[in-house]
Amino acid sequence: MLERDKADYQKLLYWMMLTRAVDDRSISLLKLGKIPGTIFSQKGHEAISVGAACALSDADVVAPLHRDLGAYLVRGMTPGRIFSQAMARVSSPSQGRDVNTHGMGDLELGIIGYVSHLPQSMTVALGAAFSFQYRKEPRVALTFTGDGASSEGAFSESLNLAAVLKLPIVFVLEDNQYAYSTPSKYQYAIPDLVSRAAAFGLPGVTVFGNNILDVQNVVVEAISRARNGEGPTLIKANTMRMQGHALHDSAEYVPTELLDKWRKQDPISNYKTLLYEKQLLDDQTERNIITQIQQEVSDGVLWAENSPYPDPSTLTDGVYA
Amino acid sequence: MPEITFLEAINQALRQEMEADETVFILGQDVGVLGGAFKATEGLFDEFGRERVIDTPMCEYAFSGLANGAALMGLRPVVEFQFADFISTAFDPIVQFAATHHYRQRNPLPIVFRAPWGGGSHAGPFHSQCPESWFAHTAGLKVVIPSNPYDAKGLLISAIRDPNPVIFFEPKYLYRSQRGEVPSNLYTVQLGSANITRTGDDLSIITYGAMVSEATTAAEMLSKSGISCEMIDLRTISPLDSEKILDSVKKTGKVLILHEARRTLGIGAEIAAIISENAFQYLDAPIVRVTAPDTPVPYSPPLENAYRPNSDNVAEAARRLYNF
Repeated sequence: MLERDKADYQKLLYWMMLTRAVDDRSISLLKLGKIPGTIFSQKGHEAISVGAACALSDADVVAPLHRDLGAYLVRGMTPGRIFSQAMARVSSPSQGRDVNTHGMGDLELGIIGYVSHLPQSMTVALGAAFSFQYRKEPRVALTFTGDGASSEGAFSESLNLAAVLKLPIVFVLEDNQYAYSTPSKYQYAIPDLVSRAAAFGLPGVTVFGNNILDVQNVVVEAISRARNGEGPTLIKANTMRMQGHALHDSAEYVPTELLDKWRKQDPISNYKTLLYEKQLLDDQTERNIITQIQQEVSDGVLWAENSPYPDPSTLTDGVYA
Repeated sequence: MPEITFLEAINQALRQEMEADETVFILGQDVGVLGGAFKATEGLFDEFGRERVIDTPMCEYAFSGLANGAALMGLRPVVEFQFADFISTAFDPIVQFAATHHYRQRNPLPIVFRAPWGGGSHAGPFHSQCPESWFAHTAGLKVVIPSNPYDAKGLLISAIRDPNPVIFFEPKYLYRSQRGEVPSNLYTVQLGSANITRTGDDLSIITYGAMVSEATTAAEMLSKSGISCEMIDLRTISPLDSEKILDSVKKTGKVLILHEARRTLGIGAEIAAIISENAFQYLDAPIVRVTAPDTPVPYSPPLENAYRPNSDNVAEAARRLYNF
């Protein structure tokens, strides 16, 4: 079992709150017309992305998706760079070539960017894991996937290939109950997606995705298996997508009662309550965290807004290396 | 210089690059113990072991995606598809991830996607295709198709060393039917550079792959009738060597473009457009294309022979062009 001190507990809260603050500010920026594309809200996913990323070591690699903003932040992507990506500025990780969290990789930080074709990141992460095995390095790759992506052929191919090659990889499946407008019951006909793991001969674990301590615990265990040469693990984390697919989507197809039920399971407020109960957090510390986050977010927006747009004369640069 | 087959040239390039660079590895279906469906990787499993010559399950998507991730981490994967026809099952990782990655993220992505390509072997609709246009239309990929053992070895070595994803199509009709002199050492043939294989004054034949030998036969027949052909072997389909194409057109004023792939939106269409944009005033006749028709590749020999261009078709079209 993972040992945590008070600072560790508070750090998890800080990352989740920062994720939400960046998400909230991104939504405001979108509404203010400062973001030309769109935004995928992170609400409901903070415990999964932060919990999983906090289980990794510095040398490990993560391939996050569009609801894993927490993983980018934990790995060291600054709010400014994240805002600049959405605001299409040249200072962003894709220099204005890719939209929101897509293509927001930074290999220096051990982050591999994704393309829209989920679950393609599963296959790319296989390659990172393969390179660690090839060079006999004790490193692990972790990637995310979703309930919708689990129906794609690449999902099955990836689980199979990872199991056959016994690669040091962890797959975190975020089952947020809706793939755009399609609910789980029209996505798969089995009781629990985790049984897909057994079908390919790898361990599968189900975890409540709104409990960050549980998420981090199971990911730590899976990473330790992978690092010890015991191969891949599929972790299925249950949660609920609390907003539409992207911000344009009002998601009226989601029953209000369902959202009401999950609103009571908010990963951040529940975790905060727990920390107060266990006396791992006090008012002053919480206020300090909030102040720090407000500062980071404001600084980030300012930095992004002061970054120039890409010069149209660079349009064809970099097609080839 | 030793004379070896096209297939042996491929095998030699792979072996020597693997010896020279330990980040190079091979993966695909049946590439290990069997040595590949066509034996292109024969002996490599014994020499380099299971760690570097990896037999995968049947999963072109996943192993192509794996190559993407491995390349990001600094390895140099060489992916083998059993047939170019099967590359469609790996379309997403190639055209969505690999092709766009450097433009979006500025990391090099050194991968070679190799595949036996083209017809002439009566192998039917799904083992005979020439899908180069799919990839030439995608920004960020290089597409290479050699026509002889010397180029095959030198181009494959260049492709492995290139920092970009390269689609490397090997005319399987030539694998065992064509022999040529190939240096036993490591050497490179530059990507993106066409080869003038024959100089002439009356017309230019622009082609690549297995059609180079058909065009050569045609050019020899024509020279007996006093028609002097210049021949360009493109070698790289994307990016095209426009400069050599235009220089030749400016010299001869008449152009015949020959390819084994289908006509509509084939490479010939792009070459014709480049010529009309840049050298229209030098043309003495309309550009002629000799290509396969817009049908799937048929199996039955009389049908496939009618489908696939040959030296007689080329000679006939060239005579008409000469007499225009």
